[in-house]
Amino acid sequence: MCLAIPGKVVEIDRDGQHAVVDYGGTKRVVNVSLVDVKVNDYVLVHAGFAIQVLDEKEAEETLDLFRGMLSSEGV
Amino acid sequence: MFSFRDKEIAKGIVNRIKELNVHAKFMHVCGTHQDTIVKHGLDDLLRDCGIDITQGPGCPVCVTTPLEIEEAMQLARAGKIITTFGDMIRVPGSCYSLMEMNSQGYDVRAVYSIEDAVNIAKLNKDKDVVFVAVGFETTAPTTASVLLSEPPCNFSVLCCHRLIPPALKAILDMGEVRIDGFIEPGHVSTIIGLNPYRFISEEYHVPQVIAGFEPLDVLIGVYMLAQQVKNHESRVINEYKRAVKPDGNVKAQRIIKKVFSKCSVKWRGFPVIVDSGLSLRRGFSEYDAREVFSDDLEEVYSRDYAEPAGCRCSEVLRGLCSSRDCPLFGVECTPSHPVGPCMVSVEGSCQIEYRYTVR
Repeated sequence: MCLAIPGKVVEIDRDGQHAVVDYGGTKRVVNVSLVDVKVNDYVLVHAGFAIQVLDEKEAEETLDLFRGMLSSEGV
Repeated sequence: MFSFRDKEIAKGIVNRIKELNVHAKFMHVCGTHQDTIVKHGLDDLLRDCGIDITQGPGCPVCVTTPLEIEEAMQLARAGKIITTFGDMIRVPGSCYSLMEMNSQGYDVRAVYSIEDAVNIAKLNKDKDVVFVAVGFETTAPTTASVLLSEPPCNFSVLCCHRLIPPALKAILDMGEVRIDGFIEPGHVSTIIGLNPYRFISEEYHVPQVIAGFEPLDVLIGVYMLAQQVKNHESRVINEYKRAVKPDGNVKAQRIIKKVFSKCSVKWRGFPVIVDSGLSLRRGFSEYDAREVFSDDLEEVYSRDYAEPAGCRCSEVLRGLCSSRDCPLFGVECTPSHPVGPCMVSVEGSCQIEYRYTVR
């Protein structure tokens, strides 16, 4: 129920309410009225709605943090 | 897109947790976390480090009460088209499930999204279509969004949405189970952000980490909790920064407030929890199935609905026992013949335990 799947926005409808999201090859129309998105953004989709835009920079920083804690004193 | 499954990093984090030498019991409230933990064997791995992890009331289908399921069934009997998410239709009611009602000729349909339910209403203008709206803060804005978009007048919602922070408070107030830290649900948190959790750390001095759903997310989340326990700290830390902004999704919060008001509701396995539910505001009463079909539903409220005999879902949901402590687990209760909701839902701890550990 609270499962959310990341996908890439490949097309936004004219009404701005829906977008085509690509989940690694499978495409579905998703309601994007809860977020501000643009093409090429990654979004988390839950029950047919994008609920948040994923931040790639934060993802990289989190991974760096993980790697860093192995070679330093901790997080 | 991201690589959060690096084995070497995972080993390193586990060693770090071991080095902390903390013996603690942590609770999470999300079926997707449970899936990651059991699928990747993190529960056994962490037990060896002195950390016990248990799932609390974090499966929306599981905490939906028998009464709410009976309400949906009664509306099906009254000739409405019932729509809801797939797992909901398989939860056993007092006599049978919504899915079994389908085979008796009633019209019950599983949908992927509330928008699918609205489309069914548009295609069936001569019928009433009811969407059984279950789910936490993650799902509530999807219901709100649809109700704000003026759906057809033959569409209505049986609102069963619930809120996570009041349930965390209830678990702590009940004091039945030791909790040294909470792993907070990442996707609920994408909506609500960090602030609604803060009172737990400030008033109850319980450390919290909002974690993502990859194995590394969970391991680092546990490390961050264990570190707080070791240092006698209690803060809300956001590990899932790539998806959770400190203020959450403000747009979604705004429409939740516009459409719903808080109400006190019972959760399966729990007594009434103050301000833990959402009900439709007066301005949306034309879409409130409980208002519109009050005559049809009257009979349902005159009876009590007991939990299935022998089923320990209530205790599983409160973190008092594990799925395997239930005598029905894997014997009378299996995913193909579930007795309780925790064996039905893909987010239920019994279903997850069965899926990954029963051969």
